[in-house]
Amino acid sequence: MTQFLDGIAYNSWILPALLALPLVGALLVLGQGSSAKADAGAAMRSARSLALWIFVLEALLSLGLWWSVDVASPDWQARVDAAWIPQWGVRFTVGLDGISLMLVLLTTLLMPLAVLGSWTSVREKTASYYALLLVLMTGMLGVFMALDLALFYVMWEVMLIPMYLIIGVWGGQRRLYASLKFFLYTMVGSLLMLVAIIALGIMAGKGQGPDFSYDAILQLTRTSAVPGAFWLFVAFALAFAVKVPMWPFHTWLPDAHVEAPTAGSVILAAIMLKMGTFGFVRFAVPLFPDIAMHPTVRTVMLVLAVIGIVYGALVALVQPDFKKLVAYSSVSHLGFVMLGIFAMTVESMQGALVVTISHGISTGALFLLIGMIYERRHTRQLEDFGGIAKVMPIFSVCLTVVALSSIGVPGTNGFVGEFLVLIGSFPTQPYYALVAATSVIFAAAYLLWAVQRIIYNPLVKPENAALKGMDLNWREIGLLTPLLIAIVWLGVYPKPVLQKTEAAATRMVRSVESARTSPTLLSTRAASAAQQGR
Amino acid sequence: MTFDLNIPSQLMAALLPDLLLMAGGMVLMLVAAWKPESDAHQRFVGQGAMALLVGTIAAVIFMMVRGVTGSPGGVIAVDGFRWVVDLVILVGALGTVALAIEHNPRDGITHPESHVLVLFAAAGMMILAAGRDLMVIFLGIEIMSVAVYVLTGLNRRSPRSAEASLKYFLLGAFATGFLLYGIALVYGASGHTQIESIGLAIQQHNLVQNPMMLVGIGLMLVGLGFKVAAVPFHMWAPDVYDGAPTPVTAFMAATVKTAAFAAFFRIWYDAFFYAFGGWGEATWWLAVLTMVVGNIVALAQKNIKRMLAYSSIVHTGYLLVGITSSSALASTAFSFYALAYTLATFGAFAVVASLQGERVDAPIDDYDGLWHTRPWLAVAMSVYLLALLGFPVFGGVGFFAKWYVLQAAVASPVGTTSLAVILVLTSVISAGYYLRIVRVMFMKPRPDGAVEPAAVGGLTRSVMVVTAVLILALGLFPSRLVEITAKNGFRVYPYSAALDMGRPRFEQ
Repeated sequence: MTQFLDGIAYNSWILPALLALPLVGALLVLGQGSSAKADAGAAMRSARSLALWIFVLEALLSLGLWWSVDVASPDWQARVDAAWIPQWGVRFTVGLDGISLMLVLLTTLLMPLAVLGSWTSVREKTASYYALLLVLMTGMLGVFMALDLALFYVMWEVMLIPMYLIIGVWGGQRRLYASLKFFLYTMVGSLLMLVAIIALGIMAGKGQGPDFSYDAILQLTRTSAVPGAFWLFVAFALAFAVKVPMWPFHTWLPDAHVEAPTAGSVILAAIMLKMGTFGFVRFAVPLFPDIAMHPTVRTVMLVLAVIGIVYGALVALVQPDFKKLVAYSSVSHLGFVMLGIFAMTVESMQGALVVTISHGISTGALFLLIGMIYERRHTRQLEDFGGIAKVMPIFSVCLTVVALSSIGVPGTNGFVGEFLVLIGSFPTQPYYALVAATSVIFAAAYLLWAVQRIIYNPLVKPENAALKGMDLNWREIGLLTPLLIAIVWLGVYPKPVLQKTEAAATRMVRSVESARTSPTLLSTRAASAAQQGR
Repeated sequence: MTFDLNIPSQLMAALLPDLLLMAGGMVLMLVAAWKPESDAHQRFVGQGAMALLVGTIAAVIFMMVRGVTGSPGGVIAVDGFRWVVDLVILVGALGTVALAIEHNPRDGITHPESHVLVLFAAAGMMILAAGRDLMVIFLGIEIMSVAVYVLTGLNRRSPRSAEASLKYFLLGAFATGFLLYGIALVYGASGHTQIESIGLAIQQHNLVQNPMMLVGIGLMLVGLGFKVAAVPFHMWAPDVYDGAPTPVTAFMAATVKTAAFAAFFRIWYDAFFYAFGGWGEATWWLAVLTMVVGNIVALAQKNIKRMLAYSSIVHTGYLLVGITSSSALASTAFSFYALAYTLATFGAFAVVASLQGERVDAPIDDYDGLWHTRPWLAVAMSVYLLALLGFPVFGGVGFFAKWYVLQAAVASPVGTTSLAVILVLTSVISAGYYLRIVRVMFMKPRPDGAVEPAAVGGLTRSVMVVTAVLILALGLFPSRLVEITAKNGFRVYPYSAALDMGRPRFEQ
């Protein structure tokens, strides 16, 4: 396989191709949607299937990365570098390492499933909807691939508008409020990051015009005391913390998740939240190791992470709306990721990455299932359900398996990640690990209780009885099957994922450990103040 | 090619584009008076004005490509900065005439002279951008302003237009008084009106501490602050922008501002650079006030023209950040920003004009559900608004304009990073009102009984298409434009000498 990929010089074109294909596809889909105006239904169907084919093609293209990316190598893989705005030192540089490889594959493989999941639910302006999903795809992949901070910022913002429109146009009752809240929260964080990026780029240029490449900026922050490093870190951390979302910046998340259409919720939970944690792993922590690992900062981040874990779980426990329940469970799961990152051991870091992937799979599947039952029943209130297992057995099996994986039952993917995070953080941060571990119990409580209320309670409501014969169709079974396989496969044999991410995680932890030069936050700031005054 | 500006023929050659525009304008005025007022004649003169503007643009590009420069000193600057600003001004004038030809009949305006006034205003602006002597700059301001006062009151049937015109005239005359008095005091303190000589005098005699000089600078700041609508000298802007015919509003919001800022940059960087200690803090606060007040008040607007008026005040604030940051980068950022802002503003006002139809009012409610009846109009409007917001890719070149200003502010030797932070924080507020339009267009249903917007005329449509395409294309590939603006930037004195003479820097 590797030889074949080398033969077609796969690594030299694949990343730009993955970015360009959805954009071209978006134009095609828009054209398809408006050309056949005579029959709106036919136009909708053709736009829809064209979009699906593009997503499938994208997924197939990206599969080669599994073999072509050499995760052991310390160099960027499949790197492509081209001039963009030479006067400003802004380049189009993309590349992968083991960590971003997994996230890129998660994105490309999950998107076709998300599209299939909202196959019949979007009936108005279908072409625009799928075109926006395709643009969103480019933005998300760009964030994971970018090796130039200016490019990264552009991609980071590009995702906002499609998601804003997807929530706001095709969303639920309170979509206007939810979409604006989503947009403004993200923007406050990211604009401060823009100033930080520009400041870093100018400093990295060393007086000869700015340089925004990741390597140059890494070099800068590692070799010299950057003035105002603390504030630069805060700017990055705020942007990412809003996206993760860490408590107390999470309040946009339940609104956005609940109001978004099914595909929107899946993408938000499975991929977009991961950009926050990815931002910490790729930018905030490695660029400012001594700030991020400073005891005070670290304590603050760990406390927020643990509050998020417990708070998310407790709030999920009392949600009457199933979608909101899953949304709050995301806050809890992402808290685990943050705990893993800031515990900063190889195991916890790898655990964080596995939680990242498996949360994408499990929560994505949960949102898909919610979408499926909502289309049939037009409610998401837990009290409206009951006894669904009797009328929709296949759905119930799937829901149970996915719920178990989200709880983190051994043998499912959820277990591996959380277990690694807890093992990894216990030696260095035992108290935080102890508190975090309690949420595994809460997770069992809220999810099992929800599952019980949906599928097991007595079948008393006539609306639920009427669901008989409306069990999952072949399309839905087909799209859930890969997710269920992944849940079990990663739970039983997580080695491939661990192997792919091990080298990158180890390198990162080692480099952060070794870069910790100044012991206190205040001395860093004093040093930077001294340098600025000079 | 270098012109010796002391030789009259060479001075004439250096003023070629300006003379072309003025002479052509006068001919067109005769043509306009030749026949009785009618819509057909108005169109004819308008097309003549567009042809003349295109010719002038060609002349400016010729001068720019040939790299024409002038001898040092003298009252007229012949440099790249002038040509770039001229281009932005002429593009704005072209857009104004194009929109006005189709909008005038709706307002019942049939004077063909209205287009000639735009030409004269543009000629005044070009002098403003070229002036290297405070008297020439004053002349340029007056030529521009008198024409724009009249343009504001063009719609004689509308009391609001008359009110706007009178208000603009009275307040403008008052502000001009400030400016002129400031010029007089600066002349009194330095003995010069030629701006480089003023700069030299300030440097040699350490006039930073001279009270007469400082009061003069302050008064000039008030006068120019009025012209660019900086808070607290902005009170006229919303009423005037609201009352004026929509194409004229676009002209004022984009082009008048560009020209005034060009003079602002030239005076501040060439004459007053060494007095940074005297004015640095003043422009710092002016920038902050303008950004904060403009953004917050814009949130409350129900009329789209007033909202865009406040948005233009906000952009004044962003450019004042550039003035305060005192670097060569800021002047190149300005010309980039001016172009991006002009494109976005003209696009937005083209949409406003075509939705406004024959009404005087332009409520935001008109935009409810626009996507469902006129999808492309809604998409184009979103592009312009996102460009004004400075959003990447979808807002195209608007993002890089903001990036450029931020870069100038962060790299500035005087330490204006705090201004960059305030800039981005206030621009989050601006997302509130720009996105509000996007939101009502896309996310609200079209109300029952809403009037179907009239068909968009050919010229207005070309303004929309050209601006949108340029915004998006330059948003993906800005490097050529960056190169042009960077090459034609502004010479700035060496930092350290200038800044050590003044008060301490902002951030230690």
